[in-house]
Amino acid sequence: MRRLRLPLVLVLGALAITAIAKGQPPSGISRPSNETALSQVELGSQLYAGNCASCHGVAGRGIVSNTSHQGVGGIRGRGPSLRGVGAEAAYLYLTTGFMPLSNPGERPYRRRVLFSDREIQALIAYVASLAPGPGIPHVDPAKGSVSDGFRLFTENCAGCHQAVAEGGYVTDARVPALKQSTPTQIAAAVRTGPYLMPSFSKRQISDSELNSLVAYVEASKHPKDRGGWGIGHIGPVPEGMVAWAVAGLALVGLCVLIGERVRT
Amino acid sequence: MRKLLVALFGFLTLRKRRERRREQPPPEQPVLPPPDRGAENAVIVLLLLAGLAGAAFVFFYATSSIPHQTQWLGLTIGIALGLVAAALIVLGRTLLNEEESEEDYPPHEHPEEQEQIEELVERTGSRFTRKGLLKAAGGAAALGVGAALVAPAASLGPVTGTNSLYDTPWRRGLRLVDVRGRPFLADDIEEGTFYTAFPEGASRDELGAPLVLVRLDPKALRLPAGRGSWAPGGILAYSKICTHAACAVALYRKPTFPAIDPRPALVCPCHYSTFDPAQGAKVLFGPAGRPLPQLPLEIDPQGNLRAAGNFSGPVGPAWWGTHLRGPGNPS
Amino acid sequence: MIRRGVQFLDRRSGAAPFLRKTLRYVFPDHWSFLLGEVALYAFIVLVATGIYLTLFFEPSLAKTVYHGQYAPLQGREMSHAYKSAVDLSFSVKAGLLMRQTHHWAANVFVAAIVIHMLRIFFTGAFRKPRELTYLIGLLMLFTVLLEGYLGYSMVDDLLSGMGLAIGYSVALSIPFVGGNLAMLLWGAPYPGTDAFESRMYITHVFILPILIATLLVVHLVLVASRHHTQFKRKRVNPERKVLGIASFPGQAPRSLGLMFGTAAVLFLLGGLVQINPIWLWGPYHLADGTNGAQPDWYLGWLIGALRLVPSFDVVIGNYTLVPNPFWGGALFPLVVLVVLAAWPWIEKRVTGDHGYHNVLDRPRDAPGRTAFGAGFFTWVALIFLAGSADRAYVSLGWSYVTQIWIYRVLVIVAPVAIFFVTRRVCRELQAIDVVERDRHEAEEAAARA
Repeated sequence: MRRLRLPLVLVLGALAITAIAKGQPPSGISRPSNETALSQVELGSQLYAGNCASCHGVAGRGIVSNTSHQGVGGIRGRGPSLRGVGAEAAYLYLTTGFMPLSNPGERPYRRRVLFSDREIQALIAYVASLAPGPGIPHVDPAKGSVSDGFRLFTENCAGCHQAVAEGGYVTDARVPALKQSTPTQIAAAVRTGPYLMPSFSKRQISDSELNSLVAYVEASKHPKDRGGWGIGHIGPVPEGMVAWAVAGLALVGLCVLIGERVRT
Repeated sequence: MRKLLVALFGFLTLRKRRERRREQPPPEQPVLPPPDRGAENAVIVLLLLAGLAGAAFVFFYATSSIPHQTQWLGLTIGIALGLVAAALIVLGRTLLNEEESEEDYPPHEHPEEQEQIEELVERTGSRFTRKGLLKAAGGAAALGVGAALVAPAASLGPVTGTNSLYDTPWRRGLRLVDVRGRPFLADDIEEGTFYTAFPEGASRDELGAPLVLVRLDPKALRLPAGRGSWAPGGILAYSKICTHAACAVALYRKPTFPAIDPRPALVCPCHYSTFDPAQGAKVLFGPAGRPLPQLPLEIDPQGNLRAAGNFSGPVGPAWWGTHLRGPGNPS
Repeated sequence: MIRRGVQFLDRRSGAAPFLRKTLRYVFPDHWSFLLGEVALYAFIVLVATGIYLTLFFEPSLAKTVYHGQYAPLQGREMSHAYKSAVDLSFSVKAGLLMRQTHHWAANVFVAAIVIHMLRIFFTGAFRKPRELTYLIGLLMLFTVLLEGYLGYSMVDDLLSGMGLAIGYSVALSIPFVGGNLAMLLWGAPYPGTDAFESRMYITHVFILPILIATLLVVHLVLVASRHHTQFKRKRVNPERKVLGIASFPGQAPRSLGLMFGTAAVLFLLGGLVQINPIWLWGPYHLADGTNGAQPDWYLGWLIGALRLVPSFDVVIGNYTLVPNPFWGGALFPLVVLVVLAAWPWIEKRVTGDHGYHNVLDRPRDAPGRTAFGAGFFTWVALIFLAGSADRAYVSLGWSYVTQIWIYRVLVIVAPVAIFFVTRRVCRELQAIDVVERDRHEAEEAAARA
């Protein structure tokens, strides 16, 4: 056991560091102290100023120049303009926890939302007020057809998100699995195209097609695992692992049980 | 029950029996342990349980639509087979736990018989006066008949018909349609997304058919020479079939914030060949050896997108003749 | 009763002497000698479940529309092949059990062959007079890889269809003749004629199983006629006499138990752990793709190789001499096969040992062979791991591009390092053995004194 200690520590340490790095929360939310006394408009603009302006600039104009801009907490800010993105994009980025980021180069991922519901509503209203833009989409998956959605998803989405929305890789970025996305978030993502994702307008995917698409994504959260334990629904990689780790061990173990050991 | 456990765990200790030294028994008759009712009981119980499990399988099979039917079927037959295995193993470790015996290895070779065979063949051969000529004639026959037997394999496919590798269904004037056959209007093509297009009225099920369409800001384009008019309004059409190993280039990444995000790229999900649509689908990363072929586009008076010619190069993965000529239409 | 049965058989075939000899054939007794049997039993399960599947599967690419039990595929256009596989999974009782057991058996079959081959290699069982047995085993391994690939590609689902396109590209990439070869096999440029499905089918259910079964019989006959190898024994001269357990009654219940045990594990997996859920992938269309597409594990070394090779086609003038997929998809497996096949003769040349060997080496007793095997295996294993670097990125967050670069360096450096380290370890272990033996002898001498 002693000989294993150092390698074990190194391996566990490496995994822990990876885990910690992955779970790192952003550098905190700044909120006004008299929050409950503020109206939605005031709250929105104050939260924006404290958490978003350092990258997205005054009045959502964006900061696109190369010179650094010192914001709250010493964050060097650079971010796109939010004018015209509307409630749709603000809803998506805030309710998923994509935003806020600790620094502009950071890659987004779904994480624990640090704003309260009221704060999110205030921020959405603020961003929507900057310039006319799309509102939060209304989807009705019940009106959609799962089979149409499967077809549409395969044609437009599976390349990045994987056939059953388990996520994947596109060069330089991770594509999220959709297991935690709500129907409205999915619809907002399809229309907005967050980060590196393409944006699909009504002309490309109509509202009724979007209903079907969302119905499929909802269905794929609980895929039909008629064959037993689904082992991740991503195909041969976990299957090979099971073949070696389960069957391989069991059968080699069976051989050891039946046979003898070396006796010279 | 206790006897069963005793028997089952008995085999673990009986291992040592074989290690005790004994006189070498004659190989014809095995040296076996004494009778063991405990072991027999264990085997009987295991076999009976296996029978029960097998019957359970039949029961689950016959029952129409129970949930998790596949799991029940697998479990019961697996347990049944496993119990038979256990019975056999117990048998092998107890009642039929034979003493070690020995056997000679076979002789390395049989020089006498080898000689006899050699002599046999040589004697037969000594009847021939012109062995060389006969051998040559035999060789000629083998070659000819062999060729005749093998030749019909060529009917499997056009072995010499590699010209069809250049064929695509696209020609000048063909409209671009979506997977449901609806024509693409140039104005419908938006930036920040991608579309899959096919030739109207032509075969869809070949490598040369599918296109991936994107629109970029015309000012951002840096296409190869001679393609100035190929992308009207910044609309670009490339073959959707990866030039590495023929998968569909089904990924598109677009930057929301170009100052930081990587540039727009078409990516293949198989080995992640990454192509830059602004530079004629030049390879940015991944193993693809050549860019995606580009299809020149034109916009007709009704606003439909049409092909303005054939691809810039042969479609699909590379082969010997990839650069020998350009793509054409089936004759 | 038994006497009457044996008498009947012997009078009509003269088989009694042969039968008696066979029944008392001595099997040397070590657990690692049973690994080949696991492969054999997996093959038996494959044939049995495979026959069942052929009674339901329709090897036709003709298009149809799905109207069946699985709602998300309702109204979808697909081939008869894919539809019959979905129907097997949803509408045929025990159909999914058979499909999954068959597929698990295929994965486990190749794993068992690989472990068995490693045992053969690292104990030197391939040496004279068993080189032929070894070559036949290698041939079986590579045939089985093709057999498995065809088996899961017949189903025409999105995942395997993408893999088939890659297979076509590798065929195409063979210098000079690739285009002609691909045209011959597929009958037309990809996706080829509809007959290609029939070709895959008949190759998978008839031609290759007959080939594998024939090779298997020859392999087993050779093993028996030259007799099994064994580890060194003190009691007898192990080069002359083999010590072990006779076929009947000693070995038979254990081998049969292993057979039922293997079948049990495979059927348990087949019922309890889902494999190749083709209804989730959807039917194949050449304009569609999904992320995370991978071949079955035993072809993972090829996808790793295809992903690792940097971007270049070797073009001379207007002739594309070596398209990119050739290196990873064709040359790499060919090199592995040739090196493994030539190894018995390479070793003979390097060690100067052309003698007969019935006795196995412990890996430490042949440091050169063990070190080479460890290094070579490391090479192949690293390339294999590179094939799932994208899933490692998705699960663990390690940059894909960085991983690829690290693998490119590792696959050259690590095998060499492992070679030297392993050889050193073997030599150290041998030295420890000598010390232990001397100490043991000294203790015995002291005890006697």
